[in-house]
Amino acid sequence: MAGLELLSDQGYRLDGRKASELRKVQARMSVFAQADGSAYLEQGNTKALAVVYGPHETRGSRSKSLHDRAVINCQYSMATFSTAERKRRPHGDRKSSEMSLHLKQTFEAAVLTELYPRSQIDIYVKILQADGGNYSACVNAATLALVDAGIPMRDYVCACTAGFVEDTPLADLCHAEESGGGTALALALLPRSGNIALLQMDARLHQDHLDALIEAAMTACKGVSKVLDGVVRQHLEEVSVLTRD
Amino acid sequence: MLKSKTFVKKTRSGGVLKIVREHYLRDDIWCGSEVCKECKDEAPVLQEHACIESDLCSYPHYLIPDTNVLLHQIDILVDPLIRNVIILQTVLQEVRHRSAPVYKRIKDAIHEKEKHFYTFTNEHHRETFIEREQGESANDRNDRAIRVAAKWYTDHLAKKTNGGSLKVVLLTDDRANKEKAEQDGLIVYRCEEYIKSLIGNPELMDRLALQPDDQNEITGSKLLFPEHLPLSRIQSGIKNGMFLQGTFHANRDNYLEGKVFINREGEEINEVLLQGLQNLNRAVHQDVVAVELFPKERWVAPSSVVLQDDSPNDEDADEDETENNLKGVPSDSSVLKPTGRVVGVIKRNWRPFCGMLSQSMIKEATRHLFTPADRRIPRIRIETRQAANLVGQRIMVAIDGWPKNSRYPNGHFVKNLGSAGDKETETEVLLLEHDVPHQPFSQAVLSFLPQMPWSITEEDLKVRADLRHLCVCSVDPPGCTDIDDTLHCRELENGNLEVGVHIADVSHFIRPGNALDQEAASRGTTVYLCGKRIDMVPELLSSNLCSLRSNVERLAFSCIWEMNHNAEIIKAHFTKSIINSKASLTYAEAQMRIDDTTMNDDITKSLRGLNRLAKILKSRRIAKGALTLSSPEVRFHIDSETHDPIDMQSKELKETNSMVEEFMLLANISVAQKIYDEFSECALLRKHPSPPPSNYDILIKAAKSRDLNILTDSAKALADSLNNATVENFPYFNTLLRILATRCMMQAVYFCSGMDSDFHHYGLASPIYTHFTSPIRRYADIIVHRLLAVAINADSTYPDLMDKHKQTALCNNLNYRHKMAQYAQRASVAFHTQLFFKNKGIINEEGFILFVRKNAIIILIPKFGLEGAVFFDHKDRPSPRLSFDSEGPTLKVEEHTFRMFDKVKVTISLDASNIQHQRIRMALVEPGFITQQLGK
Repeated sequence: MAGLELLSDQGYRLDGRKASELRKVQARMSVFAQADGSAYLEQGNTKALAVVYGPHETRGSRSKSLHDRAVINCQYSMATFSTAERKRRPHGDRKSSEMSLHLKQTFEAAVLTELYPRSQIDIYVKILQADGGNYSACVNAATLALVDAGIPMRDYVCACTAGFVEDTPLADLCHAEESGGGTALALALLPRSGNIALLQMDARLHQDHLDALIEAAMTACKGVSKVLDGVVRQHLEEVSVLTRD
Repeated sequence: MLKSKTFVKKTRSGGVLKIVREHYLRDDIWCGSEVCKECKDEAPVLQEHACIESDLCSYPHYLIPDTNVLLHQIDILVDPLIRNVIILQTVLQEVRHRSAPVYKRIKDAIHEKEKHFYTFTNEHHRETFIEREQGESANDRNDRAIRVAAKWYTDHLAKKTNGGSLKVVLLTDDRANKEKAEQDGLIVYRCEEYIKSLIGNPELMDRLALQPDDQNEITGSKLLFPEHLPLSRIQSGIKNGMFLQGTFHANRDNYLEGKVFINREGEEINEVLLQGLQNLNRAVHQDVVAVELFPKERWVAPSSVVLQDDSPNDEDADEDETENNLKGVPSDSSVLKPTGRVVGVIKRNWRPFCGMLSQSMIKEATRHLFTPADRRIPRIRIETRQAANLVGQRIMVAIDGWPKNSRYPNGHFVKNLGSAGDKETETEVLLLEHDVPHQPFSQAVLSFLPQMPWSITEEDLKVRADLRHLCVCSVDPPGCTDIDDTLHCRELENGNLEVGVHIADVSHFIRPGNALDQEAASRGTTVYLCGKRIDMVPELLSSNLCSLRSNVERLAFSCIWEMNHNAEIIKAHFTKSIINSKASLTYAEAQMRIDDTTMNDDITKSLRGLNRLAKILKSRRIAKGALTLSSPEVRFHIDSETHDPIDMQSKELKETNSMVEEFMLLANISVAQKIYDEFSECALLRKHPSPPPSNYDILIKAAKSRDLNILTDSAKALADSLNNATVENFPYFNTLLRILATRCMMQAVYFCSGMDSDFHHYGLASPIYTHFTSPIRRYADIIVHRLLAVAINADSTYPDLMDKHKQTALCNNLNYRHKMAQYAQRASVAFHTQLFFKNKGIINEEGFILFVRKNAIIILIPKFGLEGAVFFDHKDRPSPRLSFDSEGPTLKVEEHTFRMFDKVKVTISLDASNIQHQRIRMALVEPGFITQQLGK
């Protein structure tokens, strides 16, 4: 009859979170030995795998390479089993291409590309299970993979979505909330400087609400950055224990 | 902050889709009780001394109702006596799915502070969440969840009060659930048991809804109605085209007939006729039902018979006789309408109904029939012990259900409104019946009013055009205190004329989104009843600060045109302004000034200029095809002390009426164009769709009976042919035709420009139109003011203004409120007419036949604007020979043929035999022979 009640009077969302609470974020680094860097990240039920190769010399035509910095090549794909209905085409459709482009822009803002002129860095991300906030899961996973590969960056890039329901900004939307109507905004942040790497929103929202929404998304991104930092430090500890032996 | 989040997967399968959702469990959900120190609730809702005096529970206790109790006994739960109730999230969600009105009411109750209702989010609480077990149905799981939560509360409170006296009482009417709960050691009662045990409020008993599984079956076991199909079968039936879904509309004049409007687009059939109790199958007015179409050979024509369900006996009388009446002679196939029967009800739209009790014949009986004021609602059987007190009172009753073996639906008493016939009570009834919000404004709303004394500030002066020097005046009906429009007209140096329409700047006082604004939006319009006005905004604004009275400085929104002497607009200009009206005139006063050649002051000159321009504007509008329609309107002269009507007369229209109207139309059209240019997606406009050609059938037939031809292909053709349609020696004929034409029209509606493509206003022959000129009494105008203010950079926008979906929702509400206000107005006029005739006694008057029906003629009496039916058949008398010809339409009674527009003479008297539906009875005097025959 009535649609889903995204935010109850008591202030709980569909899955029991409060408006500003993130989903549970878990991650592991160095999941593959072949690649230069890799990471696996879960943000609630959204699961992403990121792999980084490089920096290496430019593949294919030389003309693509840049004389003063590295080229970042991103490819986004979704596993055929990632959504409720089986996906026909894992990558190359319009949505995936757009997502690839967004990821490229995000990391061009964060990676110190000028250290590697005439070379290329490849970032491949795959969504294994989609439950809203695919872009942010990809960015967060790719950040960890880049750290794992030892590629210098200005800062972690942390991304999170925020939506707007009944005049309240909701952080980190799940799939039901994303499709349940309303506006969704994706934001990638360099938390220490507070610089925004990417901000994307393709629904209508009144100007008055925008500040509150961006604020909520930034707070959420800072929350994510704490988790990522913890993951990196723990990984470092584990690795150093291994190498000491 | 929350640290531990346990993670549980919840799978819901719908179709072949597997949806995986997260479900977080928390340990920071508090119990909401004052007693509990462990829960860090900042503002506990539930009281420590939760006392409802009861025989069963002498200790303080909290109530936990289960879903069915909440759904069925909501009338009891919202009673101020019942406090300290825990509403579980499980229960609330189930209610939300099953009944929107109950959900709304319980939410209102939760928000009420004095009720101490607490919502416990048990589904997300670590200790009360349970997973569905294998083989357990969703309902059983929910029942178990409710028991688990109740158990948790019992233990939790016992711990906190050291085994103290505070307890939790579970209310359920489900026997199995009750047994299981008892095994778990909970205190459980059936709702009825508990309510009966309450000390000192026997009245609540009457409000108990009857349970379908009650031992004492209401009627015999004879099945009267076919079974309703289950929802799943209805849905599949609708999908494969076997059934049609639509809204049921009962016929006001014939209780055995109704229509279902199919609200799906692209369907050839948009109206299905239902005849007979069996086929109506317990549908109640406004229900959403599924109907099955009959094959073509069983289609029938709508009967023109007027039938009322007034059998005196409570028993399930044989309806066969009356049903046979309906069938009649099969007429030719062109009038046959798609016919069908109700197979199931998709959604009930029951609300509490106002009406009166018809006491049972047996003195001691506790079951009585209730007759609703709305004739489209069937009579309802209720159980009450205070019948003797309720006789002659207006009461409210809610329907509980309609079993298939009962002739009438079962219901329960909700509230007593006062004695019938009383002016206060009757007004209350008609406001309730038409869903007009009429409570006094709440404190929250009043808090947003400007502080008194109020005056214009420096800032206002800075941003507004100062028009105080202009000779502005208002023209309104006598006694008007909410003046929202003023006018001025002056000659410019270049020889052109400057015309200004200044509208009260209500949007300056009502800021978007606050309680005052929300209340106004929900009321939508001011409702004018005879001798009473139900304001949309508080009186301080409507009759004082916003009212553009004479000789005070007021804020206005001005629309100023430069025109040449041919009333052609050279320049239009909108601005917020400050004005000082020089005179508040009535239509008659303004007319006098214009006509009196000796007066030559500024105001009069201004009025003459306006009047001249208005005439040009009007003729131009009519040339374009605007319609001049007519409806009989009356004014009452009300006794100043008793407030009884002492005289009534039709409203007269003066030239000045149309003068004001022309400029308002002009302002509305100018503003509509402006806001549409500026906001093509979210301008609030008003349209009047052109009626489908079939609507005009009755008009064309009627004109033909006088050998006149009415063309209806366009508004222009219609307007012209109406102008030419006159009959010699029958001056009123043209007005009658216009009255008929008015009834052929569609309703004009508000809409949002982003959601529609057809903007045309048929009646005014304007391509675009909106309402701008009455912001004190219409909410639509406030929105238009805000849009215009943004367009001229005088104000800032806000989110909801730019959201076309929210605006569409608002338009729907406004359209609904306007329609209801109109009905309420008519009902109020009808009631006052009755009062008038009650004092007047019996009088003879001339009238005209407006419609001819199968067994009656509808007569209009121009002097009083009164419409009534004269019936030719009576239950207890042999009816005269009647033959009805639907082509004419004519009705032959014995020797005399009645045609539309025939002049007749009738006696008018008040028929008070039925207090509830007191009505004006009309009887024919001329032609006289019929009365004589009928009389014998």
